[in-house]
Amino acid sequence: MLELRDINAGYGRVQVLRDLSLSVQAGEILCLLGRNGAGKTTLMKTIMGLVPATSGQVTLEGADITQLPAYQVPKRGIGYIPQGRRLFGEMTVSENLQIGLMTRGKGAATLDHVLDMFPLLRDRLDQPAETLSGGEQQMLATARALCLEPKVLLLDEPTEGLQPSMIALIRDAVVALKKKNVAIILVEQRVDAVLAVADTIVFVKNGQNARTVTPQELRADKDLLHQYVGV
Amino acid sequence: MEFGPHLLLATLEGLVQASVLTLTALGLSLVFGVMRVVNVAHGEFYMLGAVLAWFVTSMIGGSAAIGFMAALIIAPLLVGLLAALADWLVLRRIDYDPERTIVATIGLLYIIQQVTLMTYGPDAHPVAPPFNTRLALPWFEFTDGGLSMYWPWGLSTTSYKLFVIAAAIVTLLALWMLMAKSKLGLILRATQLDGETAQAFGIPVEKVYALVFGMGAALAALGAVLVVPIQQAHYLMGDDPLLLSFIVVIIGGLGSLRGTVVAAILIGMSDGIISVFFTPTLAKILATLLVAMVLVYRPNGLFGAKPA
Repeated sequence: MLELRDINAGYGRVQVLRDLSLSVQAGEILCLLGRNGAGKTTLMKTIMGLVPATSGQVTLEGADITQLPAYQVPKRGIGYIPQGRRLFGEMTVSENLQIGLMTRGKGAATLDHVLDMFPLLRDRLDQPAETLSGGEQQMLATARALCLEPKVLLLDEPTEGLQPSMIALIRDAVVALKKKNVAIILVEQRVDAVLAVADTIVFVKNGQNARTVTPQELRADKDLLHQYVGV
Repeated sequence: MEFGPHLLLATLEGLVQASVLTLTALGLSLVFGVMRVVNVAHGEFYMLGAVLAWFVTSMIGGSAAIGFMAALIIAPLLVGLLAALADWLVLRRIDYDPERTIVATIGLLYIIQQVTLMTYGPDAHPVAPPFNTRLALPWFEFTDGGLSMYWPWGLSTTSYKLFVIAAAIVTLLALWMLMAKSKLGLILRATQLDGETAQAFGIPVEKVYALVFGMGAALAALGAVLVVPIQQAHYLMGDDPLLLSFIVVIIGGLGSLRGTVVAAILIGMSDGIISVFFTPTLAKILATLLVAMVLVYRPNGLFGAKPA
């Protein structure tokens, strides 16, 4: 579904990603693990075209999207849930979802479907997004991305700072999307959460794909965590 | 004239000034709010609006009303297109870097001013108002028979001045509707709040910037077209509105449209009233003092959001 080949990218003269390659299939959950500053968030932004790749290729269903202007990337069907949620804080819940719907010209049916997944948001539609609790904000960020009816979903630390019940809710949503054949890339710090849902685990180190393993391999060899994540 | 009628007259003059200033300052505030850049050439877009109004009315000829109405549409449109083009060709290429944008718009200021001097010339030209009926205003006094109404000599305004106030209110409401209720407004607000995330949801931020820069300039030009039947068009007329717009935007809070409107009315009215009773210089001194006080005690302006 989504494939990265030998991606180099960075900010100005600071190179962050070095010849990074990975691929994720429809209905697969790929988890990125790595230390802070390893390049996980930069990788997400490079896929979205927000950080330009200096070389290499990003392809979506075989089509090259590397050089697309950033605003065109989501129109191809990539939903992005950024780190820290990045909601449009002063705008209402409903307006935030409207932005998501407009991205790919989706309408009331999509909105209805998304709100069925997060019924709590239905009661908060006219409330400014910044007044929601942390968990509700994460639901909204997820719902906003799902308003694209994405083929690929990028989640950057979605459970950061959430209480366990909310974490479970987000995990359930991710698993439900996998069943709908969405390709998912998940950045996550909590290893237990990763082991529970991941099909593939990629360790990112110094902007490179240091190792690709399955959850079974990771369970068998805890040394990997020590080596690449430092826990 | 007695004090009461005199104050009413000064208030009306102040309201006309406040109306024009509101439109001009809103343009500056909109550009800063969405794009986070300071447009030093804003006053020149204002001047261009006035000068183009003169070109349009003198080319069309015929009745003053038709020429003026044409200018009211054509001048802001042309100025807006020019500004959008300048954004696309210049500001986009320097990546909207705040410092470089200031330098670039200073350059733009001189280019526009000098090209106008070379084509339009150094003289001021009047534009005929579309209508200009003198309206005498009544005042009240207590006599032996109770409250009675009379028409003091000299207490009057013109139908055109009332039109300027009405036009500003209509534009303001239209802009508010656009920002709060329309899809375009949603896109503008999303871009203002978080440009990067807006792009991740399919919003072409560069095109939005060009549109906003054009809209900001068109608002200044609209204010100038409205003022030009009262005050003549001249190639240096952009300096004062630029200074006053900055004062208004600082007092109101950078990027806050509501604050801009309140501050524009405050500054425009006080400028008008103080100029009538004392001197225009005192009005400018007080406005500048107010800016200093705001910067010291409320650095984000009266309505500005605290930086996150």
